[in-house]
Amino acid sequence: MEITEDKVGKQILLLGNEAITRGALEAGIDVATTYPGTPSTEIADTFSKIAKQATKQNKDPGFYFEYSTNEKVALEISAAASFCGLRTLTCMKHVGLNVASDVLMTYLYVGCKGGHIIVSADDPSCHSSQNEQDNRYFALFGNAPMLEPTTPQEAKEMTRRGFDISEELQLPILLRTTTRLNHTRGVITLSKLQKPRGKGHFEKDPLLALVPVSARVKHPALLKKMEQAKKISEKSPFNTILNIGKPTDIGIVASGVSVNYVKEVAGVLKLDVKILKLGMTHPIPRKMCEQFIKSCNTIVVVEELEPILEQQFKTLAYDINSDVKIYGKSTDHFSRLYEYSPDIVADAFSKIFKVKNPFQKPVQPKLKLPSRPPSLCPGCPHRATYYAVKKAAPKGTVYPTDIGCYTLGKAPPLEIADLLLCMGSNAGTACGLAVSTDQKIVSFMGDSTFFHSGIPPIVDAVHHNHDVVITVLDNRTTAMTGHQPHPGTEYDGMGRPAKLINVEDVVKGLGVEHIEIVDPNNIKETTAAFKRALDFRGPAVVVSKSPCILLELQRKRKSGEEKSVYCIDQEKCNQCKTCIGRFGCPAFYYAEDGGIHIDEMQCNGCGNCVQICPFDAIHKKEGNK
Amino acid sequence: MNCKTSIILTGVGGQGVITAANILGKAAVRGKINVYVSEVHGIAQRGGAVNCTVRIGDLSGPLIATGTADVILSTEPVEALRNITYASKKTKVITDINPVIPFTVAMGGEEYPNLDDVFKEIRSCAELYKIDASKIAKKSGATITKNIVMLGALAATDVLPFKSEILLETILDNVPAKYKDINKKAFEDGMEVIKKILGFSL
Repeated sequence: MEITEDKVGKQILLLGNEAITRGALEAGIDVATTYPGTPSTEIADTFSKIAKQATKQNKDPGFYFEYSTNEKVALEISAAASFCGLRTLTCMKHVGLNVASDVLMTYLYVGCKGGHIIVSADDPSCHSSQNEQDNRYFALFGNAPMLEPTTPQEAKEMTRRGFDISEELQLPILLRTTTRLNHTRGVITLSKLQKPRGKGHFEKDPLLALVPVSARVKHPALLKKMEQAKKISEKSPFNTILNIGKPTDIGIVASGVSVNYVKEVAGVLKLDVKILKLGMTHPIPRKMCEQFIKSCNTIVVVEELEPILEQQFKTLAYDINSDVKIYGKSTDHFSRLYEYSPDIVADAFSKIFKVKNPFQKPVQPKLKLPSRPPSLCPGCPHRATYYAVKKAAPKGTVYPTDIGCYTLGKAPPLEIADLLLCMGSNAGTACGLAVSTDQKIVSFMGDSTFFHSGIPPIVDAVHHNHDVVITVLDNRTTAMTGHQPHPGTEYDGMGRPAKLINVEDVVKGLGVEHIEIVDPNNIKETTAAFKRALDFRGPAVVVSKSPCILLELQRKRKSGEEKSVYCIDQEKCNQCKTCIGRFGCPAFYYAEDGGIHIDEMQCNGCGNCVQICPFDAIHKKEGNK
Repeated sequence: MNCKTSIILTGVGGQGVITAANILGKAAVRGKINVYVSEVHGIAQRGGAVNCTVRIGDLSGPLIATGTADVILSTEPVEALRNITYASKKTKVITDINPVIPFTVAMGGEEYPNLDDVFKEIRSCAELYKIDASKIAKKSGATITKNIVMLGALAATDVLPFKSEILLETILDNVPAKYKDINKKAFEDGMEVIKKILGFSL
């Protein structure tokens, strides 16, 4: 594997996320944990790949890695490893840090021992998320030193050196990234790999158990550490001034990927500016920033999402009695919404500096183009479950859903996603609906989501006897993020055998009295099972069990089994459109002859459409090549 | 090296767009030139429209401003037009001519536009190069090599700041040994089609 090569100075192309993993390897990582979530996933997947390969070769990868049950557990495991003096990394998507925030807030009081990097992968523009919260506030909220990389190379360097800063301060470091960094490939120059520490030792210390007495000691200790962090920030090579053009009193303050756009646009507009590029953004280097303010008569702050640097710069300017003009979000030149681009920065700069925007106005095609949204794959077992539920449930039934591939059931024709807030919210909101309305409630969550945060609301449903049907779409994997294992699989993230926990066993243990276990590929029986569950007064759980079709195809390819393909008998087809208009498998299409056909390239051979066709017109294609 | 090349690669999930972008990035590294590649992951991958950017040379960051792409390389005609905002009159739009009809059309409500109209509009905004990449890929031995045909087509233009041999070597380094011949043929055939259009001969 190129990423584990110990060739100092070699240049390779890595994804921002892979660069973070490489940085951790160069720092001698001992323990890495995660719960998968876009855009953070490949950081953990890279650890997993390395570990699996080592396991296969009967070697020790040098570190322990796990896909934890959820982000909170992941952070707890890493924190404990750090208390034992080991170097550890925890990565998650931005909303994952909400789940782990209960740990984070007090962990920062306690402080760490072995270096600890917590990666928060934020998602401006909500490319694959339910919100675009700015997690830099967590650094301010809890007093965590924070680093924000601009390029994949810098992400690697910040990770590597972040461990040293973490150990110097005895504080975990928040490495805050955004999608555009996580999913950008760039040229990485390899540094030396460091040997991991192996096993650590837990030194007992009464101040590690936080009770009021110790918390009152630890809070001032944290503030003192942050004073020290300011000194580190003043000297940090990640905070620099870049001069573009002639000497000037126009300053730009930028962090993260915005620095790229500022550099590019300043070049294109031929502006003379100096850019204060902040890489350590909490605490900011106060003296450096004050000097910068004093040297400018105009400052533009360019940062995606919230005006966190902008507000700090305004405060600093006030404190030093500067009358520098500060442009940014408060002057409406930049938005608090969505990710930035060279166009957005060019537009703002052209207004502030009264120059012509060099880029053309975005033109949209004049022709109306069909939308091409993502959809449940052909052969996805979720589609069969959804179809059965819709047949079983009365009109007006409310369908709270959750986070995973199955959220795609929101699209027509299934339209079976009415309410979604966060991981695990399906069952909690189902309970709330049950006490607030007489409508029937059927909620959905995946197997990985069930273990992540779906269990406590089921406990609530059982204890209070809420009249809900809670469905666990058990496709034996964490599909959406790329098929990671979870507590319901029989192997772990290092490729080692693991104890498989059955969803239905857990549910039974929680005291659910009505449990249905169905194979959704049998639509008739699945429909009947949902009817029984809906008739039951009180909480019922349906476990709809069928492996993700992509895993099935992979298994078939490996075993040399042929993929079946289905076709439509045009003589029998009545064009009732049940297949296209209600089942909605993307493999169906209208051909030029006006008939409905199945695209053989797309068909994954589940055969579920045979069961739903009222005219018996769909059958397996014989003699498939 | 003082060069700046901005390329948009687009198409439909499953057509190998991300793989092609990644290979192009690796080729730049092999050619010792700076490069950024941006990708789409996660929910964006389940059969939806895919859009990657590759920027080679003395550039800061992967995103391309509107009207500044040198090439839009598309494995599907409507997806080429969807990205037309990045094109100027000087932009080369190289697209496969075979539509992939989205399920939103099959379900009714939306329409796939007439292909001639699609090409006409692209031609009104940029330089258009059409290629039947699906056919060429099939002829080379595997329809899955369509993305490699497109890379061959790209290599036939003068926009890449490194030799086409470097791109071909990178492709061959990144495919299993038994598929090397098929991919080589796909690349070369794709290159030939565009060279013919451009008036060169191999």
